[in-house]
Amino acid sequence: MKSEVPMCDLIGIGIALLFLLALSALTVIGPSAGWKTIVSLAIAAAKLVLIVWFFMRLGRHRGLIRVFAAAGLCWLSLLLVLGFGDYLTR
Amino acid sequence: MSETAAVSAEVRERHEITTQLGMWGFLATEVLFFGGFFMAYALYRHSYPEAFAEGGRHMAFGLGTTNTALLLISSVFVAIADRAVRAGRRGLTLGCLATAWLMGLAFLGIKAIEYTQHVSDHLVPGRHFLPGQSSNPRLQLFMYLYFGMTGLHAFHMIMGLIAVAWLMNGVRSGRIGPSRPEPVAVIGLYWHFVDCVWVVLYPLFYLVGR
Repeated sequence: MKSEVPMCDLIGIGIALLFLLALSALTVIGPSAGWKTIVSLAIAAAKLVLIVWFFMRLGRHRGLIRVFAAAGLCWLSLLLVLGFGDYLTR
Repeated sequence: MSETAAVSAEVRERHEITTQLGMWGFLATEVLFFGGFFMAYALYRHSYPEAFAEGGRHMAFGLGTTNTALLLISSVFVAIADRAVRAGRRGLTLGCLATAWLMGLAFLGIKAIEYTQHVSDHLVPGRHFLPGQSSNPRLQLFMYLYFGMTGLHAFHMIMGLIAVAWLMNGVRSGRIGPSRPEPVAVIGLYWHFVDCVWVVLYPLFYLVGR
């Protein structure tokens, strides 16, 4: 295992998360548009990476724990890709 | 370091990895549990974009954003508690866990206010859904998903509050401390996961159609 993220860095990550939240909230300004969904989901993905890597300490672990985390993501991706694939090709 | 101390440290590290592995395995099944809902949301939103845009405009944007901020900040406190318990800082651990717990409770309180508002606005799917209004009939579908997904998330929040209360009791009594810090890390993983689910729900329900 790698060394811990210092406590003060955790506060910095929290501030970054709130900044990203403010960015997603700002997307409501102006008329509704398709690109806003993509931007807000991309911001949500950035928030997830910060939480999982630093707060859930995935960056500190190696081996099996990363495999388990990747398996969850892989199963969800399979569900979405196969589900949508079937729907769009009917 | 003596040989006994080195063995003890290795056993402790293995124990920590094992308990965390168990929680990661559980979280992988939780991803699939919520995954069905996300799949349904994606398919129906693709089929009925106007209904979903209209549904999003019925959501309380300010309350949803406040709730997201509350959960993100609570995750910072839980992460600090995890570091503090390893450093033997009992007061800081308890303070951080208590603050996160209160933020989780505030989240549920705000959610209850939102649900009450939806009930009085006749937005609960069923016979009394928006009576006398020619709204998009697929709007009910959006509200079904909204109540299903946020309700399931709220249930997980309640479980998280119970778990954090148990942690606080353990830290206060001395059962959880620098010699046994794993429960804070394991329950912290669960708390962060519930936060992650909300981070995805927020743009899906509160930003759609705006």
